[in-house]
Amino acid sequence: MADKRIHIHPVTRVEGHGKVSIDLDEDNNVKQARLHVVEFRGFERFIQGRPYWEVPVLVQRLCGICPVSHHLCAAKAMDGIVGATTLTPTAEKMRRLMHYGQTFQSHALHFFHLSSPDILFGFDADPAIRNVLGVAQEYPELAVQGITMRAYGQEIIRLTAGKKIHGTGAIPGGINKNLSIAERDSLLPDIEQMLEWSRSALQIAKDYTVENLEMLAPFGSFDSNHAGIVDANGGMDLYDGKFRVRDAAGNTLLDQMDPSDYVEHIAEEVRPWSYMKFPFLKAVGPADGWYRVGPLARVNVSDSIDTPEAEAARAEFMSVTDGKPNNISMAYHWTRMIELLHSCEKIKELLNDPDLQGTDLVVKGERREESVAVIEAPRGSLWHHYRVNDRDEVVMANLIVSTTQNNEPMNRAVAKVAQDYISGVPEITEGLLNHVEVAIRAYDPCLSCATHALGQMPLTVELIDAAGNVIETRHKG
Amino acid sequence: MGTVLVLGYGNPGRLDDGLGPALAERVAALAVPGVEADANYQLSVEDAALVAEHDAVVFADASVSGAEPFSYTELEAEDGTSFTSHHVDPRQVLYLAQTLFKSRVRGFLLGIRGYEFNEFDERLSAQARQNLDAAAAFLEQHLPTVPPVDGVGTTG
Repeated sequence: MADKRIHIHPVTRVEGHGKVSIDLDEDNNVKQARLHVVEFRGFERFIQGRPYWEVPVLVQRLCGICPVSHHLCAAKAMDGIVGATTLTPTAEKMRRLMHYGQTFQSHALHFFHLSSPDILFGFDADPAIRNVLGVAQEYPELAVQGITMRAYGQEIIRLTAGKKIHGTGAIPGGINKNLSIAERDSLLPDIEQMLEWSRSALQIAKDYTVENLEMLAPFGSFDSNHAGIVDANGGMDLYDGKFRVRDAAGNTLLDQMDPSDYVEHIAEEVRPWSYMKFPFLKAVGPADGWYRVGPLARVNVSDSIDTPEAEAARAEFMSVTDGKPNNISMAYHWTRMIELLHSCEKIKELLNDPDLQGTDLVVKGERREESVAVIEAPRGSLWHHYRVNDRDEVVMANLIVSTTQNNEPMNRAVAKVAQDYISGVPEITEGLLNHVEVAIRAYDPCLSCATHALGQMPLTVELIDAAGNVIETRHKG
Repeated sequence: MGTVLVLGYGNPGRLDDGLGPALAERVAALAVPGVEADANYQLSVEDAALVAEHDAVVFADASVSGAEPFSYTELEAEDGTSFTSHHVDPRQVLYLAQTLFKSRVRGFLLGIRGYEFNEFDERLSAQARQNLDAAAAFLEQHLPTVPPVDGVGTTG
């Protein structure tokens, strides 16, 4: 029998377009498994020539999934252009509230509606029930919680960014609105309920991981470096800080790196089979210098979390590995829920802070030509780098998104699961293919930059032989 | 008289993908009593809560290959598995509204034909703008009630 290739295209319940190809030999052993991402090109060129103050709004066109992260990261970069080294308390806290609102709704959506079907029903369960609608049938309270938490986060975004689409709240040097008393009071009554549901979600994720540790520990797992921004004391800070990288054993490879120095420390490797680049630490090299980003990596590189309940949860999580980095891919779910609780605690803290009603919104300083910013988007570190000429036009833009930094890790996860679950199996079932998707979904990748309009094919699986002939095609949805 | 929600979705920064939000904007400007308009980049699960509060919802989206100038159909709630992204099928939003929130909301899909999607720019193509005009006029003549499915000569 000839060699075969399986395509899973696109990856279901993951934003944007991705394709998994699994090459089998004549005995159904996996020869190679890869995740390909169709990346929309040209955005950096699109920004060139635009006035710098438009960029925080323009970058939201890049992605319908995490526009707030791009909005805030661009605003932070433009703070550098206008010389705003320190924002007013009102500006910084409004941005933080927007950011924690984004993280809260994104993590809630991922857990309740993208991952919970796999967790609640099992990776092999009938796909007819293994989806959010199955969750709605069997666990309606959980489904309502997820929807309500998502809506709460979206409302925070609307009130801080000004509107749901193409928000304008963050501007170079600050913000353009504060949070009125009425707006604050519309959010406060529900915060205790959000905290309670966040605790409950964390409990589910923790219990699931601990109770299934034997199966989950090797599932798509591998040793890796971990990266994220931390505050001056090494604590978690999702909005602002310096970059830290630790290796699989916990040794610190890079610490307190100023974002403006990223070009000295991080490079992006191009491989001929992938549109998406592969970032790595220059000092370590492309073979071993790649790293994971996102919730798991952030918890692994943080020495503490500055909210009490999330800090207790972090300490408990780290105790599983005796304080060393946790390299289990499926532990992303547990750490994502630690961040969900952390975000909710921060939202409560901020809503009770009178600085949000301040009126000193914008600062400026000495104009600069170049600026780099990094923010911890829900899926991991997001970098924006701009140069602006003396006519205020952007002449260079470079964006490194979190999913690109997780490119190598996701490919490793796909290869590991394919080897462990598909290699040598006589019949490749939908449930087995879902194992590959489960590993990818743990990273919550945003493969966005594709329009979603009517007529899109949700899922195609193609079996292709060595001669390139499609010998089997499956559609889902 | 019941209440109607017109829910447009799409990314206005992706040319004709912004047809849905553009229609919602037109409807909002009409300020018809009993009619609410909302828009977002894409449908999501939490839209079920908003949809459930209304008697009828018109989902407005750009259509890549549908009828010109637009198609208009009534939707059946569906518990399918076609989750490709954070974008949720409108039939599934209906399903969630009916299942989780015990709503009897009826759903309709207004698919406005677009032509250009794969660039970053906040504008509609000339033909898409004409299609938007036709779809907006179609809705306007019936609001505050939803149009009957066989009420116009659309080809969808």
